Amino acid sequence: MKVLSVENLSRSFGGIKANDNISFEVEEGTILGVIGPNGAGKSTLFDLITGYTKADSGKVEFFNKNIFGLSPDKISNLGVGRTFQKLKPFADQTLLENVMIGSFVNEKNIKKARDRALEIIDFVDLIEKRHHFAKELSTGQRKRLEMARAMAIEPKLLLMDEVTGGVDQKTIPGLVDLIKKLKKSGVTIITIEHNINIIMEISDNVLALDQGKSIAYGSPKEIQQNKQVIDSYLGTFDAA
Amino acid sequence: MDNKLIIAKSEPLWNTNNRVVFLISSLIILLFALPLFGLNSFYLHLFIMIFMHAVMAQSWNVIAGFSGQISLGHGAFFGIGAYATSFFYIEYGISPWISMPFGILVSGFFAILIGIPMLRLSGHYFAIATLLIGISFQVVFQRWDLVGAASGLWVPMTSEDSWSALQFHSSKVSYYYIFLVFFIITFFIVWLLSRSKLGYRLRAVRDDPQAALSLCINVSNYKIIAYVISAMIMAPMGSLFAQYILIIDPDRVFNIEISIIVLLITVLGGIGNVWGPIIGASILIPISEYSRIYLGGTGGAVDLILYGLILMIICIFRPDGLISFVPKDILERKKQR
Repeated sequence: MKVLSVENLSRSFGGIKANDNISFEVEEGTILGVIGPNGAGKSTLFDLITGYTKADSGKVEFFNKNIFGLSPDKISNLGVGRTFQKLKPFADQTLLENVMIGSFVNEKNIKKARDRALEIIDFVDLIEKRHHFAKELSTGQRKRLEMARAMAIEPKLLLMDEVTGGVDQKTIPGLVDLIKKLKKSGVTIITIEHNINIIMEISDNVLALDQGKSIAYGSPKEIQQNKQVIDSYLGTFDAA
Repeated sequence: MDNKLIIAKSEPLWNTNNRVVFLISSLIILLFALPLFGLNSFYLHLFIMIFMHAVMAQSWNVIAGFSGQISLGHGAFFGIGAYATSFFYIEYGISPWISMPFGILVSGFFAILIGIPMLRLSGHYFAIATLLIGISFQVVFQRWDLVGAASGLWVPMTSEDSWSALQFHSSKVSYYYIFLVFFIITFFIVWLLSRSKLGYRLRAVRDDPQAALSLCINVSNYKIIAYVISAMIMAPMGSLFAQYILIIDPDRVFNIEISIIVLLITVLGGIGNVWGPIIGASILIPISEYSRIYLGGTGGAVDLILYGLILMIICIFRPDGLISFVPKDILERKKQR
């Protein structure tokens, strides 16, 4: 079953083509990794899919339903969750309140919404921090908060923007395990990731972007051997 | 299921502190009993003004504190409420109790009308737009002959105290109780709102609209909902005030000072907190009334200078308002570590 199908999605900012004819599909229960150097258009792609930025042209279908041009709240309401590269927690509210705002989507009763939120917070291993204000949490914890909050709307597709970015090495394995655990729970995932080892480890498919264009799309193995990817992205990684 | 989750789920939803419940109940009883001790007319007036301004500030707290939109024209809804009751009483003899809900509806209607285009503006632009709207209401009513233009409306006095006409000439005690009841009802409405799903979602809109969008929250709709609720809380205060003073004119009920003082009260007490407007009004209104007594006409603006000073001190040292002196877990927030 196709969860998401993107066809020839394009968007320019001034003269710069941030996304140029991007096409790919995501099958249910899989993880698609999106890689590419800074400025390749990865976050723009997320914004186009989730409606935060209006695309110039193209087609986006979610479970064969056209979602192109819908507003972000409508798209999330259909079951597309997301996290943000620049974290956006509700800073003056507790972790529990943050997640409850998500769980209210499917649960009107406040007690049930609270209990659902607690289960998700437990899932991301932050149950002891539930009464802490979001601004008091560490970066890694706030990443978990965003994942928990997005999960609380019970999405069928979850877009995660650089989950392991900006956290220390010790924190990364836990976050990677969490992504795997999420996949096991049945959520389809698209993740932007800079750490190539993680991408190769968790992804079923990889989409490589460079300067707004899709330069490769396939299994992690194929991507690793793709010359264009090596030149524009992995190559620099090896040289570094 | 692991232990910690079970413990977390067994926690009560709210940390209801028995001492606070006791304090609130005794305060309510005390306020109801107060006139029985023979308060003189000045103190009755002082309390009436505190109740009224606390409700007005609470109204502003809903739009500014909960949904994060700074409105500088909230006086408009006060004026609408005032004119609704006075006009229908003078022209058709309709009881203020009947026209008051009408004023509430008209206020809500205008909030939708203003909110739909204006709440698309973000931050400062919304504030500027509402400031101008507040002023334009005053200008329109100054020139609108049907409602008495600049000289306003004089509500004809009944010969005796009358509940149906909402006029009491023998003593202010009845007014005291009416304002007190509105004050308590408003407090509980806003208190329930803050704990409801709507309250949670409004705070999400305030803290980060972008993130709210990713959680299925239609940000502009929720801002409009907050604006409408806020306007509907403001209007009955205008109605009651009109019945209290019996003479209204655009300079008084559409005054920019109304829009400013609700802001001052809320910021002083604590914005976004149900208690903020109550604390703010209990401090600011006595200052204002006493400074008017001691300084009289000559020092009419001195209380404004005082407000400015207080606001500056609060913004620098206590941006969360005076309520921030009270530890959060005592009031309601649940922070057992």
